Amino acid sequence: MYPSRFRYEAPRSLDEAITLLREGGDDAKVLAGGQSLVPLMKLRFASPELIVDINNLPGLDYHREDPDGTLHVGALCRHVDLERSELLKSKQPTMAAAAPLIADPIVRNRGTLVGSLCHADPQGDWASVALALGGSIVAHGPGGRRTIKVADFVTGPFQNVLEPDEIAVEAIIPAARGARAGGYLKLERRVGDFATVGVAVAIETSGDTVTRAGIALTGVGGSTIGATAAAEALVGEPLTEQKIELAAQLAADVSRPRTDHRGSAEYKRHIVHTFVVRLLSRADGFAERAA
Amino acid sequence: MTIVYDDEPDADEIPVRRIRFTINGAKKVAEVEPRLLLAHLIRQGLKLTGTHTGCDTTNCGACTVLVDGKPVKSCTMLAVQVDGHEITTVEGLATASELHPLQEGFKEEHGLQCGFCTPGMMLAAKALLDHNPDPTEEDVRWALSGNLCRCTGYQNIVKSVLWAAEKLRS
Ligand SMILES: Cc1cc2nc3c(=O)[nH]c(=O)nc-3n(C[C@H](O)[C@H](O)[C@H](O)COP(=O)(O)OP(=O)(O)OC[C@H]3O[C@@H](n4cnc5c(N)ncnc54)[C@H](O)[C@@H]3O)c2cc1C
Ligand code: FES
Ligand code: FES
Repeated sequence: MYPSRFRYEAPRSLDEAITLLREGGDDAKVLAGGQSLVPLMKLRFASPELIVDINNLPGLDYHREDPDGTLHVGALCRHVDLERSELLKSKQPTMAAAAPLIADPIVRNRGTLVGSLCHADPQGDWASVALALGGSIVAHGPGGRRTIKVADFVTGPFQNVLEPDEIAVEAIIPAARGARAGGYLKLERRVGDFATVGVAVAIETSGDTVTRAGIALTGVGGSTIGATAAAEALVGEPLTEQKIELAAQLAADVSRPRTDHRGSAEYKRHIVHTFVVRLLSRADGFAERAA
Repeated sequence: MTIVYDDEPDADEIPVRRIRFTINGAKKVAEVEPRLLLAHLIRQGLKLTGTHTGCDTTNCGACTVLVDGKPVKSCTMLAVQVDGHEITTVEGLATASELHPLQEGFKEEHGLQCGFCTPGMMLAAKALLDHNPDPTEEDVRWALSGNLCRCTGYQNIVKSVLWAAEKLRS
């Protein structure tokens, strides 16, 4: 298999990349890690006329923390960089838990977190993690930059709010206001498979009290699901067994799984419940992963 | 080195790009159409048929090669993207007189049956050993988890890599 014919450009500056995208309009596509786009092009599900490869753009492979704790992940920061990151290990338990569970080690060498968010696959793991953490995306276009909340970024399966001449230059994860805990659990049939069920939990506590909570679900609906009611039920109170059970129930209720080759809807809903309980029961700076 | 395209009505407009890269230590220049995949450049353009294509859908890892030392699935990277980069394929492991310890390991520990997955396995393993010379069995399994084998059941592949690690350390 090979893609249909396209023009290829590998600009060396962001301005040049934007100009190219502007010329290409709807027929142009950004190429980042290529781990979703190239397979789609080979299957001819995507047939862009112009590919703007951003891999030669300088200075986008970072992930770093501001003094206030805000995390920035550049458009060319690969999954593997996050998997090996000491910064995430010490400061971002939900992200550190998810990074090694994205695809397989070889795909992780090329694929990017920002590309994954842009791809907006309802099965994508980073989307849930970023949603649970209240993240945003910074888009750079001809008129400058704008910041879009992850919750407002995706408009449907494989669709986002970016204009054709905008490039997502980084993802931002806001600083924790309290002590951060969380994790990501993913049930998968084998390494490299998409999630049968994935659950991201991110909470912040001050003393015994939960000050902020985010819960998001992967693979149990036509899009990434923010379990807002479940998360809100936790805020302002200590994490008791009853609270955990309530949040797990609310999260399972908001899931919309379908029976398929990965399991029955009932089974998947049960797993959502189990994962929320497991993640919250270990809210002592835990970073649990895999199932 | 030539890549032959089908003579289509728009053949004169095929956008061809000239790229420079190093493969197994040799410097090359190639003229490639942007949609040419790295796997095709290697197998058809360079006639290095040790790199296999199995699934062609980014799942199996049979097509794994190293680009700047990192394993990538060559069926899922455009050939134009290796412009200025360094590729290692399985043909680059042995020297004229000696097998690479990984190749010896696969021989000693019966790490292959049909051999289809083997080049990809060895390159993924090479990247692991370059970065972690003393891996645990778990490290090896983790590093090879993107490479599928339909024959061996993996046990002997893991042993082969551990054998090579020990040989490389001594
Ligand atoms: C075998 C396999 C298994 C996988 N398993 C998983 C999994 O378990 N979980 C998971 O979450 N993902 C999985 N993936 C997908 C993988 O994580 C991809 O890396 C990711 O979805 C896309 O990132 P990328 O950098 O490769 O983007 P690309 O493939 O380059 O691009 C994807 C899309 O996003 C757009 N895009 C990318 N970057 C930008 C940008 N900076 N600005 C604007 N638009 C942009 C592109 O135009 C394209 O439409 C898997 C992939 C494979 C091949
Ligand atoms: S042939 Fe490339 S991953 Fe299977
Ligand atoms: S030896 Fe046959 S696929 Fe691995």
